[in-house]
Amino acid sequence: MKDLLVADSVSKKFGDFTALNNVSIAVPEGSIFGLLGPNGAGKTTLIRIINQITMPDTGSVVLDGEQLQAHHIRDIGYLPEERGLYKSMKVGEQALYLAQLKGLSHAEAKKRLKYWFERLEIGDWWNKKIQELSKGMAQKIQFVVTVLHKPKLLIFDEPFSGFDPINANLIKDEILRLREEGATVIFSTHRMESVEELCDHIALLNLSNKILDGKLDDIKREFKTNTYEVGLNSDNKTSLQKELAQKFEVSPANFRTVGDELKLNIKLNGNDSPNELLTYLTNKAQVSHFVELIPSANDIFIQAVKKN
Amino acid sequence: MNHLGLIIKREYLTKVKNKSFLIMTVLSPLIMIALIAVVAYLTQLNNNKQRTISILDESGQVQSVFVNTDNTTYNVLSDKSLDDAIALVKENEEYGLLYISEKISTSSRLDSLLKLETTFYSEESPSVTLISSLQTKIEKKVRDIRLNSVGIDSETIKSTEAEVVIIQESFSGEKSSKEGNIAKLAFGGLAGYLLFMFIIIYGNMIMRSVIEEKTSRIIEIIISSVKPVQLMLGKIIGTSLAGITQFVIWVILGGVAMIVLSLIFNIDLSQLSTPQQQMLEQAMANPGTQEKAQMLLSEIWNSVPIANLLIMFVLFFIGGYLLYSSLYAAIGAAVDNETDTQQFMLPILMPLILAVYVGVFTVIEDPHGTVSTVFSFIPFTSPVVMLMRIPFGVPIWQQLVSLLLLVGTFIFTVWFASKIYRVGILMYGKKPTYKELFKWLKY
Repeated sequence: MKDLLVADSVSKKFGDFTALNNVSIAVPEGSIFGLLGPNGAGKTTLIRIINQITMPDTGSVVLDGEQLQAHHIRDIGYLPEERGLYKSMKVGEQALYLAQLKGLSHAEAKKRLKYWFERLEIGDWWNKKIQELSKGMAQKIQFVVTVLHKPKLLIFDEPFSGFDPINANLIKDEILRLREEGATVIFSTHRMESVEELCDHIALLNLSNKILDGKLDDIKREFKTNTYEVGLNSDNKTSLQKELAQKFEVSPANFRTVGDELKLNIKLNGNDSPNELLTYLTNKAQVSHFVELIPSANDIFIQAVKKN
Repeated sequence: MNHLGLIIKREYLTKVKNKSFLIMTVLSPLIMIALIAVVAYLTQLNNNKQRTISILDESGQVQSVFVNTDNTTYNVLSDKSLDDAIALVKENEEYGLLYISEKISTSSRLDSLLKLETTFYSEESPSVTLISSLQTKIEKKVRDIRLNSVGIDSETIKSTEAEVVIIQESFSGEKSSKEGNIAKLAFGGLAGYLLFMFIIIYGNMIMRSVIEEKTSRIIEIIISSVKPVQLMLGKIIGTSLAGITQFVIWVILGGVAMIVLSLIFNIDLSQLSTPQQQMLEQAMANPGTQEKAQMLLSEIWNSVPIANLLIMFVLFFIGGYLLYSSLYAAIGAAVDNETDTQQFMLPILMPLILAVYVGVFTVIEDPHGTVSTVFSFIPFTSPVVMLMRIPFGVPIWQQLVSLLLLVGTFIFTVWFASKIYRVGILMYGKKPTYKELFKWLKY
């Protein structure tokens, strides 16, 4: 799969403060790429560089095989984290204006806006002013404006903030649909559950440096510790636990069941196979639960940042 | 470039469609006219006030000079003591009492200044104009009396008086007169003042519109589509066009309203005029001034370089306006709300106010003196000062050099402002210091 966007050793300083230090990322075409990191890690600076709002000190950005330049503005749709609209301007006029700034003709912009407004069931807002709408309503309009010119690359910075669960879901489905239609998405957020749900690639920034990147599955494989979560029914749980502790690395586990079985995390050594463990356990007790522990995006985030 | 057009259009339409713009545009001339009408009415009221002033002249020599006028009645008292006179004036509720106590000493030799003390008694303290008019009357009479005493008739003195006219002519043969100079000053002053007002009103408007984009957080959405410099220039141009629209409407509306009002209410426009104008009109009323007025008109037409003034007005206006408005835009970008703008406003207003002061005080005194000339070259003051100087005839090379300096500085300030602007619009939170602004230039 070819990369739609490649940032190569990008650095940016603001006075004495280094916002980005030699950061490289590659966003494969058609992927949903999670750009993660704690506050102040440099995510927004990187996104602004991709949008040509800020110029990098060193390094280069290539979009679709071409060095980033002015006309690429039309190929990118950007929904910033700090976003708003002109308060006293009418919704329709405002959306038309922003669409025309992205290079659409007046007629084309109007046609597409009608389509999107129907789709999101906001058609009757056309003549309202933004100040009459709620925050969530305004966010919907911002979303429409971001995707209206059918950009190759969509950049969403915290797209779900301000939405109720129903609308957040609606937007999530729209993002997935846009990806189906061929768009590539860069997705910056602190909400790890949505990363889990949406992203296939991630890059993790911390203190201006990239500390991790790749396919989410690969990273999970890398971070998993060969630990299994087991639930065992036995008459003598204490002796069973002691016995297991002698053979494996054991710690108490916490998951929800309806019975009162013994719950343990069992970590295997490099050469032990899960099958052997399962055979061993079935001989000792009634196995009600046997799951490999896969680290969540949240765990990976916290671990990687702490280690750094 | 297409983007610039879109931005200008939006800025213009937003300003013009705004309700407060409409209200301001329509109401301002009406308010102005109403104000002028009220002032005129009050002035008339004041002038028509009837006053009675009693005169008690112990010498009996001066009282003949007090002749009743439309507004003032003089009541000459005789054979009364001062106390009785005061009591009488009080009783009749007259305005006041002028008391002349001494005889005017006359001798055949006038070798010293005569000091005559008189007293004016009144309920409230009288106006300066009333006192000085009484003073002039008495002084004139006393002089006549003293002249008579040495055998000189006041008519004789009058017949020896002469009227001197100084005709001003430059080496190249251009004639001018005092009145002509006043007219030139008015032309230049109007041009300079107009620019000054325009910068302050519409500069502020630009600043507010930048702050609005920051506080509504739309700015990042916009500058992901257009360059910050384009946005800034679009704002400046769009707002200026709205301003020009407003000015044009005012001129038309004002003119029409003036004519209509004067027709309906038959207000004599001359009564609305200032004392200077009244003086001018009095001069006009004198025989021979008709001719003089015509000369003045032709002098203005010939000697005020109208074409030069108009062209330079447009050029300096654009240059000066862009220079300052880009700074206003930069200030708007640097702060989060209007209350934080104060500390940055001072450095902008100082040169502007200085320019107007130099224009008003120095250019009148000496339009081609060192101070006027120097300030008409400094880009931050040149638009105002040069526009005031041009009616007096400024060599073309000076105008061009000044304009060139202005354009150079304008390019620099736009660059400077756009640097601050592109960083500032994305900065939220604390108010920046000058040091931080300087740092932004390097981002």
